[in-house]
Amino acid sequence: MASVTYDHVVKRYTPETTAVRDFNVEVADKEFMVLVGPSGCGKSTALRMLAGLESISEGQIRIGDRVVNNIAAKDRDIAMVFQSYALYPHMSVFDNMAFPLQMKRMPKADIDTRVRQASGILGLDNFLKRKPRALSGGQRQRVALGRAIVRHPQVFLLDEPLSNLDAKLRAQTRIELQKLHRDLETTFIYVTHDQVEAMTMGDRIAIMYDGVLQQVGTPDDIYDHPANRFVAGFIGSPTMNFVSVTLQNGTAKASGFEVNLPKSVEAQRGILGFRPEALTDRVQDGAAVEMKVDVVERLGSDQFLYGQSGGDAITARVDPRLKVAPGDSVRLGLDTRSLHLFDGETERALI
Amino acid sequence: MDLGQLLTVQLPTLLAVVIGVPAVLAGYIVVGELLVRRLPDGAQPGVRPWIWVGPALVFIAIFLVYPVFGTVYRSLLGRDGSSFVALSNYGRVLGDSAVVTAIRDNIYWLLLYTLFALLFGLLMAVLSDRVRYETPVKSLIFMPMAISFTALAVIWKFMYSYQPPGEPQTGTLNAVLNGILHVQPITWIQDERVNNFALIAAAVWGITGFAMVILSASLKGIPGELLEAARVDGAGQITIFRRVILPLLMPTITVVATTLVIFALKAFDIVYVTTAGNFHTDVLANRMYKELYLAGNFANSSALAVILLIAVIPVLIFNLRQFRAVEGRR
Amino acid sequence: MSVARPEVAPPVEAAAAGITPRTILEWIGNLPLHVAIIGLTVAWIVPTVGLLVSSFRPLSAFATSGWWTALSPPFNFTLDNYQHILSTSNLGTSFFNSFMISIPATVIPATVAAFAAYAFSWMRFWGRDWIFLALVGLLAVPLQVTFIPILSMFTSLGLNGTFLGIWLAHTGYGLPFAIYLLANFFRALPADLFESAEIDGAGTLTVFFRIVLPLSVPALASLIIFQFLWVWNDLLVALIYLGGTPEVAPLTVTLANLVGSLGQGYQYLTAAAFLSMIVPLVVFFSLQRYFVRGILAGSVKG
Repeated sequence: MASVTYDHVVKRYTPETTAVRDFNVEVADKEFMVLVGPSGCGKSTALRMLAGLESISEGQIRIGDRVVNNIAAKDRDIAMVFQSYALYPHMSVFDNMAFPLQMKRMPKADIDTRVRQASGILGLDNFLKRKPRALSGGQRQRVALGRAIVRHPQVFLLDEPLSNLDAKLRAQTRIELQKLHRDLETTFIYVTHDQVEAMTMGDRIAIMYDGVLQQVGTPDDIYDHPANRFVAGFIGSPTMNFVSVTLQNGTAKASGFEVNLPKSVEAQRGILGFRPEALTDRVQDGAAVEMKVDVVERLGSDQFLYGQSGGDAITARVDPRLKVAPGDSVRLGLDTRSLHLFDGETERALI
Repeated sequence: MDLGQLLTVQLPTLLAVVIGVPAVLAGYIVVGELLVRRLPDGAQPGVRPWIWVGPALVFIAIFLVYPVFGTVYRSLLGRDGSSFVALSNYGRVLGDSAVVTAIRDNIYWLLLYTLFALLFGLLMAVLSDRVRYETPVKSLIFMPMAISFTALAVIWKFMYSYQPPGEPQTGTLNAVLNGILHVQPITWIQDERVNNFALIAAAVWGITGFAMVILSASLKGIPGELLEAARVDGAGQITIFRRVILPLLMPTITVVATTLVIFALKAFDIVYVTTAGNFHTDVLANRMYKELYLAGNFANSSALAVILLIAVIPVLIFNLRQFRAVEGRR
Repeated sequence: MSVARPEVAPPVEAAAAGITPRTILEWIGNLPLHVAIIGLTVAWIVPTVGLLVSSFRPLSAFATSGWWTALSPPFNFTLDNYQHILSTSNLGTSFFNSFMISIPATVIPATVAAFAAYAFSWMRFWGRDWIFLALVGLLAVPLQVTFIPILSMFTSLGLNGTFLGIWLAHTGYGLPFAIYLLANFFRALPADLFESAEIDGAGTLTVFFRIVLPLSVPALASLIIFQFLWVWNDLLVALIYLGGTPEVAPLTVTLANLVGSLGQGYQYLTAAAFLSMIVPLVVFFSLQRYFVRGILAGSVKG
C-alpha cells in the first residue's frame, strides 16, 4: 500500500516563520496528486518533508501505514525528481541511474537489468554512455526520471520537473509523464506553480497558498466549485472576473450591471465571480452586461475581450466570428448558472 | 650528488610521503566515520565535522595560532629568555636607528609598491581587454609571478648593473640612460637616493600581474550593456572610464590595494638577496631575520615580529571588510 | 556547475567576418593602443630576456658590453656558464631538494585541506562560521611571527634542518589558503546534488569521494599548482627551518648564496638563476589558467 497521508503537518522555521500550516491531505495509492500554488506557498516544503529533506515540526506523515517522521530519506522508499534534475555531471547516464542501486548494494547483474529496463521505457538506450553535458534538456530530464524509476519506489516525488523545458517540450513531456504514471502504477506526487499542468495532469489537485491548504479535489471539481476566491482566481486562464456587488432581494448589483442570483444569501455585500466564458453574445434571462472594449485578443480558436463594465474591469470570451474592435461597446449575456459569490475574502456562498 | 642515495633513499621516501600521507589521512577519515556511525543518529552530525576538520585545526593551532602567542610572550622577555622586561624590548628596538630606517623604508614600500602595482595592473587590465591578443599579453605580464623572488632579485641585479662612466654600460637601465638619454649612469643599488626605489620597482615588476589578473576579472564582470548604454548616452571613452568603470571597480581596487599593502609590509626576499639591507634599504622583515639569525637575539627579533603583526592587523581588518562587501555585491 | 543548463547558442562573433576595409581602418585607428600595449609588454619581458641572453655569454663579453649586443653578429654564445655552475655548485642537489621539499609540502596540505573544507562547506557545527573567519584572517599573519616558537619546538624535537620539519611547517602555513580556496569551490556545488545523493542512500564518505572530489578537480589542480609554486619559490621558510647546510638547501637558498659568494664570477649567476626558473616557468606556461584561478580565489571569488 503506497498511499500518502499528511496528518496535521506543520513546518516552522522560526517562531515567526511558518512555511506550512496544519496541512491535511490523503493521497490514495497509485493516484497522481498535484500540489499547486504560487511561489512561496509551501508546496515544495511539503514535498521535501515527505522526502525527508526537511524535518517535520508538528504532525505526522505516513507512507502506507508507516509513520515516516523519523525515518531517514533513503529508507522511506521514495524517489525524487528535482527541478534541476541534479544529475551527477561526471558520471555517465548509466552510472547516474545505477548510483542509487549501488548504494543499496544490489548485485551488479541486477543493477544492469534494472537500468536497462528503465532506459528502455524512457528511450535512453542510445545515450547510456554519454555524460549529462552532452544531453539536451529533455534527455536530461528523462535520465532524472530513470534514476527515480530504477528504485521501484512506493511513491514518486516530482518537484517542478517541467519548468526548465521550453514550451513545446513541456507539452510533450506532460503527456509522456501521464503515460508513465499509468504504466508504472505508482503514486505520483507532483509540485508545480503552473495551473495548466495541475489541471491536465492530476487525478486530484491540492491548492496551497501562504502555507495553508485551500482546497483538494478533482480538476473539474475545483474549476466548477472553487472553495474560495483565491482558488477561483488561481485556476483558469484568463482569470475569473471579480466584481464587487451589493446584494438585495436575491439580486446582485454591480456598478455596471445587475443580475439575479439563483440562490438567496444572507450577506449584503460580496464579490461576484464569473469566468470569461460565462459571458456570451446572446442575452438570456435579462442578465445583460454592457462592456466597453479596450483590447481585443484574437487567438484563432478564441477571442478575448478586455474592457470595462461600469467601474469594473472584466474579461469576456466570445465567439471568434463576432466582429469587435477596441473602443466598441458590446452587450453580452451573463450565464446565471455559472456564477460564484464570495464573501469578503473568506468563503463562497454560491456556485 | 650521490645518484645511488637518490634512488635508494630519497626517491622512495618521496613516494612514500606522496602516497602514504593521503592514504593515512583517508584511512583516518574512514575509521572516524565508521566510529561516528555507531553513535545514535541524533548525535552523529554534531560529532562528525570535528573529525574532518580535526587535522587541519591541529596544524593551524600548532603552526599559526600558538606561535603568535608564543612570540608575543617572548617579546616581553629579556634576551636570556627568562626575565620579564615588559615593553623595554620594544623601546630599545624602536629607538635603534637601524630599525627607524627600516620603518621608513617600509613606508616607502607601502606607498610606492602599492601605488605602482595598482596603476600598472589597472592599466594593463584595461588596455589588454581591448585587443584580441589579450591572452598572450596578460601571460607575459603575469609571468614574473611564477619565479622566485630570489631569481627576480638576480634578474634586476643585472638590470641595474653599473660601469663607471666612459665605459660601455652593461646594465640595461644604465645603458638606456647613458646611450639614449645621455645621462650619467647611476649606481642603482648603492646610491641611497635611489636604491629603495630600485628595489621597489623590481618588486612591482613581479607583482603587477597579480593586480592585473584580479582587476581584469572584475573588469570583465561589468555588464557590457552598462557601457553600451553610456555610449548611447553620449559619453566618450575617458568619461566612461572615469564615471562608470572606475566607480564599479572601486571595491576590487580596495581589496587589491590592501592585499598589496600587506605584501609590502612583509617584503623580505628581494631586500635580503640584493642588498642584505645595506645602504639604508633595510626593511622590518629583514631586520627581524638579522636579529634572529645573525645576532641570535630572540628578544629583539620577537619584538620586531610583533611590530610587523601589529602593522598588518588594521590593514587586514579593512581588507576583510572590503572583501565581504565585494562578495556581497556578487 | 549547473547540471541542467538549457541550450543556449553562443553569440555570433562579429569579428569572424574576416578582414574588411572596415577592420583595417579600425586597426589603424587603434594604432596608439596597440603600440602602447606591445611597447609595454616588450619592456616588461626585457629583464627576463636580458638574463637569459646573458647566461649564454662568456665572461669576457660580460663585463665589457651589454647583453643586447649579443643579439647581433658576432654572436658569442657559449654553454660554459651552465656547465661550470652545474659542476661546481650545489645546483644539482638543490634542484632535487626543491622537489623533495615542494612535493610533500603540496600534497599534505592539499589532503588535509580537502577534508576540512568539505566540513566547512557542507556540514553544520558549532562555531563553524567564526572559525572560518579566523582562518581567513590568518592568511595575513606575517610568517616571521611564528618562527621563534616553532624553531624552539623543532629543536627540541630534532626536526631542525630536516625535510619533515619543513613539510609540516609549510602544511601549517599553507592550510588557511588551501581551505579557503577549496571551501569556496565546494560551497558552489549545487545543493540538490547532495540532496539527491542523500535520497539515493549515499553516506558522507561516498558523497565526498565519489561526488565532491571528482567534481572538484579544477579547484584541486589550482590549489596544487599554486601551493607547489609557492613552496618551490620560497626562500625565507627554507632559510629558517633548514638552515644553510648545502645538503638540504633548495634552489632558492643556493641561488641566494651564490649571489653573495660569487663576487666577480657573477656571469655564472645568470645560468644559476635561469636554471632555478625552469620548473616554475614550465609549470606556469603549461598550466597557467589553474594558477590564475588560484590567485583569483584568494582575493575575489573567481
